[in-house]
Amino acid sequence: MSSRKQSSQEDNIMSTAVAEKILLGKTLAIDADGNLVNISDWNEEIAAELAKEEGIEILTEKHWQVINYMRKVYSETGDSPSIRKLTKESGVDTKELYALFPKGPAKKAARIAGLPKPKGCI
Amino acid sequence: MKNLVILGAGTAGTMMLNKLHKALNPAEWKLTIVDNEKEHYYQPGFLFIPFGIYSREDVIKPKKEFFPSNTNLIESEIWKVLPEFSKVHLSDGKIIDYDILIIATGSRTAPEETEGLTGGLWRNDIFDFYTLEGALALAEKFKTWQGGRLVINITEMPIKCPVAPLEFAFLADAFFEDKGIRDKVKITYVTPLAEAFTKHKCAEVLGHFLDDKGIELEAEFNTGRIDNENKKIVSWDEREIDFDLLVTVPTNKGADYIETSGLGDELNFVPVDKHTLQSSANKNIFAIGDASNIPASKAGSVAHFASEILTENILNYISNRPLSARFDGHANCFIESGHGKAFLIDFNYDVEPMPGKFPLAFIGPFSLLKESRTNHLGKLAFRWIYWNILLKGRELPMGPDMSLNGKVLDNFINNNIL
Repeated sequence: MSSRKQSSQEDNIMSTAVAEKILLGKTLAIDADGNLVNISDWNEEIAAELAKEEGIEILTEKHWQVINYMRKVYSETGDSPSIRKLTKESGVDTKELYALFPKGPAKKAARIAGLPKPKGCI
Repeated sequence: MKNLVILGAGTAGTMMLNKLHKALNPAEWKLTIVDNEKEHYYQPGFLFIPFGIYSREDVIKPKKEFFPSNTNLIESEIWKVLPEFSKVHLSDGKIIDYDILIIATGSRTAPEETEGLTGGLWRNDIFDFYTLEGALALAEKFKTWQGGRLVINITEMPIKCPVAPLEFAFLADAFFEDKGIRDKVKITYVTPLAEAFTKHKCAEVLGHFLDDKGIELEAEFNTGRIDNENKKIVSWDEREIDFDLLVTVPTNKGADYIETSGLGDELNFVPVDKHTLQSSANKNIFAIGDASNIPASKAGSVAHFASEILTENILNYISNRPLSARFDGHANCFIESGHGKAFLIDFNYDVEPMPGKFPLAFIGPFSLLKESRTNHLGKLAFRWIYWNILLKGRELPMGPDMSLNGKVLDNFINNNIL
């Protein structure tokens, strides 16, 4: 089963594989939002490929600052941070977040970081 | 004597008060509720006010009408909770002790969070309908408005009752059609979501409705600021939408004392276990309704279903038993679609809305995920049920868990029943 369940503190994240895709020769389980199911499938090369799917050709140092922050929060809380949490704590302001990850920074950065979609959108 | 304290006497707090009043032994437990407001608002009714369907009197009753007699009510603002000492500091200086605390102070709109929203156009050409004052002011505005660009904008998620802005769009379409000026009104629905609604199945159906009614959908729009001078809403990525009349759903936040007490997330919602409703940080604190961070709709129906689970778990907690009652995220919402019709949707954490009949399998009388007149009558009848059954903690003829009986399952949907 998914390693995500173990990292989630209170079983608050439930993501189920609904499809598979092949990236860089690896077969990856994908959830209903198109995000990786297994956090262990992720690495920096996969991130670069996922970024391209989101229309981001090159991941800059600023992109990585956000991605690394998201992965840190996820490992501590079992949740992907919302846009508000990103703005407050990632060290990158809202305007710049939207420039880095157009349209939906929290959603896009979570996907590139190999994490589930933030749960604010209910 | 032990103390169980409920903060907030809105929908969730009042239901918990009534349920626990019956369930707890009065010789062992003192039940106290804290709220500074005297009036209970039927919030689902605010939607109808701008269109002249409901008036102020239809949505207000004194809170005390819904309390059991001899309720210990403290009318004060809450300043701060000190979880490490199990104490609540009130703004009037009093301190109350608790053995169990239930946080039910809901969520409020926070227009001040968006640059320019409360500027010169606020309540002149910019209105909200999530407050009674806003809904009443908009009703006045609509009486004389001659048409133009009407923009309905959700600032950011999560919001209370995520279907309400869509219902507002449908009702506005019907309202201006009845007035004979629909051709002079351009309606645009602007949302940070990728589609019309949070649940994909439902968004597909409702998205078609927007098309049919000539309502434009502007998706993935995250509102950064309001340009009062040029009457535009501007997104964080610099997209612009012109308006003559803006109907906004501002950012929703939990109460300020939650931030002061260090009990909330970045929007002051209280993190809880989504199944047991127990605070993630403090075992003797629970949160219910809009005040919690559970990934369900912020809606009265969710609070109602959750109140049955929470009552059971409070009793479990008191008896040192495991918190075995588990909330499934059940929500049940009527969606007004205009011209005396409505949809009904029923879903939970894991199962998306699907077509079928409700509450009785195959019989109904309500149709799920489908427009009907009966659903609309159900929505209107719901106000009576709310005042007379739900708030008083009485049972409806259905349990808290969502049922799959009578629903048309996914493979049927894929075979184009929809």
